[in-house]
Amino acid sequence: MRLVSKTSQYVVMSLFAIVFLAPLVWMISASLRPEAKVLSVPPKFLPTDAHWDNYRQVFELIPVFLWNSVKLAGLNVIGILIVASMAGYAFARLRFAGRDAAFMVLLATSIIPGIAYLIPQYIVFRQIGWVDTQYPLWVPKVLTPVFATFLMRQSFLTVPQELEDAGKIDGASTFGIYWRIMLPQTKPALAAIGVFTFLESWNDLFGPLIYINSENLQTLPVALAQFQGEYFTQISLLMCGATVSVVPVIAVFLFAQRYFIQGITMTGMKG
Amino acid sequence: MSMATITMARDRGGVQVADVRRARRRQNLTGWLFISPIVVGVVAFQFFPILVSMAASLTDWNGIAAPKFVGLRNFTEMFGDDPLFLQTFKNTVYFTLASIPLTIGIGLVLALLCARPIRGVAFFRTAYFAPYVTNVVAIGFVWFWFFQPDNGVINGLLDQLGIHGPQWLSSSSWAMPAVIMVSVWQGIGYPMIILLAGLQGLPAEYFESARIDGAGAWQRLRYITLPLLTPHFLFLLITQFITSFQVFGLIYVMTKGGPGHATSVYIFNIYQNAFSYGKVGYASAMAWILFAVIAAVTYLQWKLQKRWVFYT
Repeated sequence: MRLVSKTSQYVVMSLFAIVFLAPLVWMISASLRPEAKVLSVPPKFLPTDAHWDNYRQVFELIPVFLWNSVKLAGLNVIGILIVASMAGYAFARLRFAGRDAAFMVLLATSIIPGIAYLIPQYIVFRQIGWVDTQYPLWVPKVLTPVFATFLMRQSFLTVPQELEDAGKIDGASTFGIYWRIMLPQTKPALAAIGVFTFLESWNDLFGPLIYINSENLQTLPVALAQFQGEYFTQISLLMCGATVSVVPVIAVFLFAQRYFIQGITMTGMKG
Repeated sequence: MSMATITMARDRGGVQVADVRRARRRQNLTGWLFISPIVVGVVAFQFFPILVSMAASLTDWNGIAAPKFVGLRNFTEMFGDDPLFLQTFKNTVYFTLASIPLTIGIGLVLALLCARPIRGVAFFRTAYFAPYVTNVVAIGFVWFWFFQPDNGVINGLLDQLGIHGPQWLSSSSWAMPAVIMVSVWQGIGYPMIILLAGLQGLPAEYFESARIDGAGAWQRLRYITLPLLTPHFLFLLITQFITSFQVFGLIYVMTKGGPGHATSVYIFNIYQNAFSYGKVGYASAMAWILFAVIAAVTYLQWKLQKRWVFYT
């Protein structure tokens, strides 16, 4: 398509890039400014002299929040990969009574908006003493990865039958075939689900907001929102915290962009 | 044939049938063992709560004391005498109707730009996509300060153009447009990636023959590219409707529904009823109305696709 010349295309694309990146650049530069100079008229986007002391102050507060975010993301990623790949394998490659019906019922639940079951979930978790613990932030998620199961099923369906047959001839158990032979064949799907789950867990606002009250249990992004009046009273410190909460995500995204985009297009549409 | 052989044959047949049965039972058991974690999870954390929520929608319940059955009163109250319900519904419709065309429209422009294999395209694609993976708290904070009326970045830039900017988040008429802008800015990466994948999957022959027939770039876009992308547009309309109608995070971080109730959206209202006011029964009823709206609109979009979606 040649609607526009290459030069004008670069100009347009760069203007858009500025619009999309400027707020993130501003966040970083505000995190490096002395408090008095955060909001300046006219606005400044690049820091003049880096005020690293902000980060020293913030790092006295946030290691516990950071660790909570990392821990929950790790639990969710590992748990969902195991549960979804086991179920996906069974739905794709095993024959058993009720398989297709069970699969349809699982898919059907995903059309009900989460808020409909989140309220009773909260009440049940309160009954069993799970409020203000981290269990509600991973146990129910790890045990209900319907979408990931769907993706894993699609991925297992494409693995050639011969591999499975070879495993059977060698006398491997069903679990052995799943774990040692089939699972390594689905690495791209596992990677896509892993990246998605990481981002979803890391960026989750609703769960930590309703379940966590104790500050030593809170995740980093939500701690910023919840404790902004207590600890992050200065904008520059808030922006330090925000920057620290964004950096791991951007790093994972840059590192695994291919899988992430693959995941989106897989979940979305087949061309 | 002697009696003995007949008995033996029958025995063998019996053993075979039993073997097959046993093998089948084992297969069933193995299959269900593999799916047992997710089945247990979905039953415990979704089915059961869904049933509770359906029942709760017919009660007056604070989540602690015994629920009191009130029939359909929650639903009649919503539409009869809860002005906040109607306002948050309207706000949500406003948010949805404004953000969907902007997100998909600009997403299409960016996808078209990124579809051309030029140097550095990966950088641009990543830049456009970065807000989508950034957490809503960080984004909400940055834009909250951007929209400060007196010393914020937006009005600072407008000042330099000689425009006196509005009060943004503290103005009941500008708060919603501000939130919508941020939501579009953040959400554009998703339609961009979907449409980019769509563009890259289009058959080159169509464009070749169109070029031979003398179709210009605009004509190729209008009569070939866009019609071929209609299945992707349908998918995006359905998914964007579902997510926009349930917007929560940005509103929570940027405005908490204010000023007044100017940006209070549907999920925010449910959240407040359930978790701040302890009106669990009423909030459950609202959740089911939400489900009904989403289901109805999705069904309608699916039915109407015949009129405009083009399948090759």
